Amino acid sequence: MDFKDTPQEAAFRAEVRAWIDANAPKHLLEELNRASFGSNGVVSEDPIAAGKAWQKKKAEAGWACLHWPKEYGGGARTPIERVIWGQEEGPYAALTGVFTIGHGMCGPTVMAWASEEHKRKLLPPLASGETIWCQLFSEPASGSDLAGLRTRAVKADDGSGDWIINGQKIWTSGAQYSDWGLLITRTNPDVPKHKGLTMFFLDMKSPGVEVRPIKQANGQSSFNEVYFTDVRIPDSQRLGEVGQGWEVSLTTLMNERLSIGSGMSTGFPELFRFCMEAEIEGEPAVRDSGVRSKLAQFAVKQSGLKYTGMRAISALSKGEVPGPENSIGKLVAGATMQELSMFALDLQGEAGVLWNEESPQQGRFQAMLMRSPATRIEGGSDEILRNIIGERVLGLPGDIRVDKDVPFKDIPTSGRKKH
Amino acid sequence: MNLDFSDEQKQLREQVRRFLSENCTSETVRAILEGPESYDKKLYQGLAELGVLGAAIPEEYGGVGLGHLELCVVAEELGRVLAPVPVSSSIYLTAEFLMLAGTEKQKETWLPKLAAGEAIGAFAYAEGQGRMSPAKIKATVSGGKLKGTKSPVADGDVADIAVVAAKNEKGQVSLYLVDLSAKGVSRETLESIDPTRSQARLTFDGAPAELLGTEGDGWHIASQVLDRAAVLMAFEQVGGADRSLEIARDYALERMAFGRPIGSFQAIKHILADMYVSATLARSNCYYGAWALNSGAAEFPVAAATARVSATTAFQHCAKNNIQVHGGMGFTWAFDCHLYYRRSNALAVALGSLSTWESQLIERMSAGNAETAA
Repeated sequence: MDFKDTPQEAAFRAEVRAWIDANAPKHLLEELNRASFGSNGVVSEDPIAAGKAWQKKKAEAGWACLHWPKEYGGGARTPIERVIWGQEEGPYAALTGVFTIGHGMCGPTVMAWASEEHKRKLLPPLASGETIWCQLFSEPASGSDLAGLRTRAVKADDGSGDWIINGQKIWTSGAQYSDWGLLITRTNPDVPKHKGLTMFFLDMKSPGVEVRPIKQANGQSSFNEVYFTDVRIPDSQRLGEVGQGWEVSLTTLMNERLSIGSGMSTGFPELFRFCMEAEIEGEPAVRDSGVRSKLAQFAVKQSGLKYTGMRAISALSKGEVPGPENSIGKLVAGATMQELSMFALDLQGEAGVLWNEESPQQGRFQAMLMRSPATRIEGGSDEILRNIIGERVLGLPGDIRVDKDVPFKDIPTSGRKKH
Repeated sequence: MNLDFSDEQKQLREQVRRFLSENCTSETVRAILEGPESYDKKLYQGLAELGVLGAAIPEEYGGVGLGHLELCVVAEELGRVLAPVPVSSSIYLTAEFLMLAGTEKQKETWLPKLAAGEAIGAFAYAEGQGRMSPAKIKATVSGGKLKGTKSPVADGDVADIAVVAAKNEKGQVSLYLVDLSAKGVSRETLESIDPTRSQARLTFDGAPAELLGTEGDGWHIASQVLDRAAVLMAFEQVGGADRSLEIARDYALERMAFGRPIGSFQAIKHILADMYVSATLARSNCYYGAWALNSGAAEFPVAAATARVSATTAFQHCAKNNIQVHGGMGFTWAFDCHLYYRRSNALAVALGSLSTWESQLIERMSAGNAETAA
């Protein structure tokens, strides 16, 4: 048992560190370290342009999309090298957050399902940060139950073979600045829900695409609604067969869960620092036994996640496939951050209600409080994650699906009885 | 990076697991729960012969000379099957006290016997109700004679020797090695929530006491040994948590209600998923504790408290929900659920209760933080 690199890993780390030291945009570091929830913190210049510049620099030196093959603009590195890169890139990784969905989910889906011609056309500019992709999956009436989506794709009646799209997507990160979108649609409502879906990729500048930012519960607008009105997509931009969309979407969602050892933030270091400084009856809060019990429980969640990630990295380092342990990451981090932010406000007393220049750490705990409900829902809600752990890790049977063999058009759409 | 046990250590795990599956069944545990014996002598002797009691004891003192990582592996397996034997008292505590603070003669006298299971050791420091602190110790040693009462002492009714925390003539906490067969020692087995591990009251009335370690350094030595024992006990707790989860999962697959296996209901599935989460966090924290114990890292006190807090929380969480998943059957004497529930709550207060360790964890983290800042 140790935390040491193998000689090869150490050599790779040294190479990465030297390159980052020589090339990273250090003038942005201070802003990146202040990054809050929902933004990369860059204010002194256009954050998207700064992200594109950093991605381009990485791509030119062969450090872009380390998990992709070289022919599509990737670095063809091993999983453990990818982990080491991530550790060394540190706060600069936030700069290229706009590419996360493209590199992690859309790209791998295109790689698995598109024609060779499309792959060579689409993937290299995605790798080098010239294009941004978004994922058009969730809809107002289908979140966890993604296969219940209603956006329709119908063959044009002009003989062109094109598809005409009508409907609405929601919770689309980055739609407002994306060039391409991965779009899942319903092509056949007469068969059970999973069987009537078809996947496309879409030029976001197509006529009839309208992006509207959503004003979120915390006042920010990092997500969008995307409306489609008679949007035309050539059949050549279909991924997989007609009716195979669910299978294609699983490629995307599997990749969503493959990020390893990234160590999601729980907010514990910030809370601990706050408890060292805050006072209760003239004593540091950290001396109070009630505070200590709470802090200790948060601390072991934080360290449990950290070392769970390291166990996964250990498996990668030996060339093994990590176990299912990493599936707990978001489930633990989201709930911990929410509870922890409530506790931080509690320690601020009556002033916990304020979210202004007086708030400790620039209002970070208030920001966590207001952002954390989303963490518990996005990318698989707590309940979906518990189902996944229960069914895929513990081997429990799936729930009974009452809509399984029912044609999609006959599935009830309201829980209220009609009178 | 290699936060995992080695292939040899994993082989040892298989070997111990095989041995325990034959020699420590539910019947073995229930015989101690319901019978007059305080521990299973045959099982304890078997463990000694297998070499696992002496895993971390050097060969020159009759041990196997492997190390603490191997002992962690053994501890987890003992925890899985609720082994009704005095390993924690004799090995995690007494042997560690001797190795850390004993004189050459003390080590030569006792370590081979502890490793061979020929003698049992116990650690006597608690004195009745309330969290332990130096101020609570009323036992005294004067002119080499010990006076006072210690309770509860795990395995105190069957131990041959005890490490006793008592105050010297200057009122400083010191540790003493006491032969429990000597005159001036009386002992009584106490009833507890977990009769599969015995608890006793030891009363000393002028029993001969031999200094262990530097005089006046007792609390400091005890704290170091408690940290080591905490990691080992945390592995027992992780073993118990994992086993509680497995038992609950198996029952959820088999038990039918409303025409389907109860494990298909989200109300049950989500309880089990949360058990998996707490057991996984605890396991990862225990690996961190094991690494720090084995490598002697400066952050060991933080790692030990981390492992202990996490494992106590996980075992209690998994054991109580194992009963919940079973419904009424889980509250019968016949099902094993209560055995895990008993053990989880007994271990939660052994070596210092959960809130004590929570407090220590944060105290140590803030001390480390202040040092880093300075």
